[in-house]
Amino acid sequence: MESVRRVISVIVIDEASVLSRITDLFSGRGYNIESLTVAPVPESKYSRLTIVTNGSQRVAEQISKQLHKLIPVLKVIEHTDIVEKEMALIKFPISENISDIDILCQAYNGKIVNLGEDTLVAMVADEPKRVSNFLQAIKKFNPKEIVRSGAVAVER
Amino acid sequence: MQISGAQMVVEALIAEGVDSVFGYPGGAIMNVYDEIYKQDGFEHILTRHEQAAIHAAEGYSKVTGKVGVAMITSGPGFTNAVTGLADAYMDSIPLVVISGQVPMSLIGTDAFQEIDAVGISRSCTKHNYLVTNAADLPRVLKEAFYIASTGRPGPVHVDIPKDVTAEIAEFDYSKPIELETYKPTVKGNPRQIKKAIEAIANSKRPLFYLGGGIINANAADEVRDLVKRTGIPAVETFMARGTLGHENPLLISMLGMHGSYAANMAMSETDMVIALGARFDDRVTGKLSEFAKNAGVIHVDIDPASISKLVNADFPIVGDIKNVVNQMLELSDKIDDQKYVPWLETVANFDKLHPLSYKEDSDRMKPQWVVERIGQLLGDDANISTDVGQHQMWTAQFYPFSRPRQFISSGGLGTMGFGFPAAMGVKRGDMKRTSINITGDGSILMNCQELMTAVEKKLPVINVILNNNFLGMVRQWQTLFYDKRHSETDLSVQPDFVKLAEAFGGIGYRCSTKKEFDAALKDAVEKDIVAFIDVKVERFENVMPMVPSGGSLFNMMLEYKEK
Repeated sequence: MESVRRVISVIVIDEASVLSRITDLFSGRGYNIESLTVAPVPESKYSRLTIVTNGSQRVAEQISKQLHKLIPVLKVIEHTDIVEKEMALIKFPISENISDIDILCQAYNGKIVNLGEDTLVAMVADEPKRVSNFLQAIKKFNPKEIVRSGAVAVER
Repeated sequence: MQISGAQMVVEALIAEGVDSVFGYPGGAIMNVYDEIYKQDGFEHILTRHEQAAIHAAEGYSKVTGKVGVAMITSGPGFTNAVTGLADAYMDSIPLVVISGQVPMSLIGTDAFQEIDAVGISRSCTKHNYLVTNAADLPRVLKEAFYIASTGRPGPVHVDIPKDVTAEIAEFDYSKPIELETYKPTVKGNPRQIKKAIEAIANSKRPLFYLGGGIINANAADEVRDLVKRTGIPAVETFMARGTLGHENPLLISMLGMHGSYAANMAMSETDMVIALGARFDDRVTGKLSEFAKNAGVIHVDIDPASISKLVNADFPIVGDIKNVVNQMLELSDKIDDQKYVPWLETVANFDKLHPLSYKEDSDRMKPQWVVERIGQLLGDDANISTDVGQHQMWTAQFYPFSRPRQFISSGGLGTMGFGFPAAMGVKRGDMKRTSINITGDGSILMNCQELMTAVEKKLPVINVILNNNFLGMVRQWQTLFYDKRHSETDLSVQPDFVKLAEAFGGIGYRCSTKKEFDAALKDAVEKDIVAFIDVKVERFENVMPMVPSGGSLFNMMLEYKEK
């Protein structure tokens, strides 16, 4: 069966060791985690995880069912029609062409967010695929450091 | 009331109706043991190893259907118990296991006897807790018993730091459980059940595939009723032995790697598998792509993750087996029980062709004979535990099980050393019946220290050692698949099992003839103290028939011929 990229959101009770329950499940059963983002759901006792993984339909179903079996898991959402965004921070040497970088950033929902003596930091926030494209495009500006956030997603 | 964490543990266990706790004290759990000393609500049974405490609790739980309780200390106490936790997890046995932990202030400092217990138990328990406030204890313990025993049962581990057991807090055990993220589905979807019944009615060669979930759900009576009313033949998994009873005319036998030819052929020929509380384990299915190849699949299970995990279910039904089978019974008049008579004849012919059998020998004792003989002499009056290996398979094949909860064995994890302590727990849970552990000369040495517990607590387990001076099952595979290179499986050097039992104050027998065995078993039952019966059996007997690992069910090795 075809292995495809899948985005799953998991709503869990925000309690000690809940994250390891989830990552242990993935490693113990041989599922892959491409990216993982966690943050509390505002004004609630829950946290929301966005997990990007890959696998066949059967694997995806198993992941979802196994996640459901964990006691602190409230909800597992297998996304189909979603808005998905990811952020990246990129550090460039100050010697690079700042205006070219700025223009490129703007094309990817980003901007220069910090200018220091030796370096500048740019951020972009876009679909993960476009973030990847952006990171390809800026190679010629000799990025010193790249930090990606992992995806967050919401149903349309 | 305001009491200490240690008192809370004792009060909670009493409130849960616990009558037996299996355990082993140590530094971090001493506050709780001090309270155990002062109470008389339950009996504490001191095993001689933490692993045995968990297995004893498993045996107790399996025979009674209640939650088994075990208590251990931190560090090595806990790590010794991990095998037991994993065993209970694989076989869905409800346990509450309470461990001591170093005080909160020392956690993370590599303190004496400190180990990250919840970190280790996470992958081999249904759920676990590290309790950081005494005020949480009543809720946590109540949840632990609830989670262990509902849905798909399993072990729950509660780790309690020493200072938490000393802390005073409010204890109110009457508060209802609020678990909004845990709500097992118990009733089956009526529309799905209706569709499944129609599919059965339209099939020509349906087959019940009965699993251990039926026993966990206490649904054997309902399943017997359903099988009878529909006239559909049934195969049992290893874990389901005793569900229908050996005299049931519709029971074919056990299926799987060492199942009968007829059971495996029926599974290969069926056009509609009705799986009840079974999980399509690799030891059952053999090669998945060839398993019940031409059949539709109805799969009833309390655990949604078991459905369509390995074999795609055409009719998935999530729910408690007892409820679902009752719902099916209401519609069972739609199934014509006469329709399957030709199919039953086909199955009967499979059985006539290659019945489950062994070659009798007038001189040497065959291990299968010993199992059958115990069945003839004790039958329904005994609960039968086993260890793991050849003896375990012979027991599953040849013992005349007549009821659920009669057969207690480590199915999923396959834990050698399970049998003896489990049989002690079985005895404790069912004092009226004889508790037999059918074991091997390899397995019995893992946990033979439990002779001491059995003597002290008057738990007269009769250990029947099918002694072939081999690690038999591994030896069998070496014979079959490794060109007879018997690497590290020859157990010619072994203790004097009679003296070993006697050294602890038990009784020992050695027998090499059938007559001697009869006399030994009879005497052991009458003596009512823990016994080792060392039975010298044919050394090179193989468990047959056999589906070689990864092979197809219809392609069985029926006997082994010397090349």
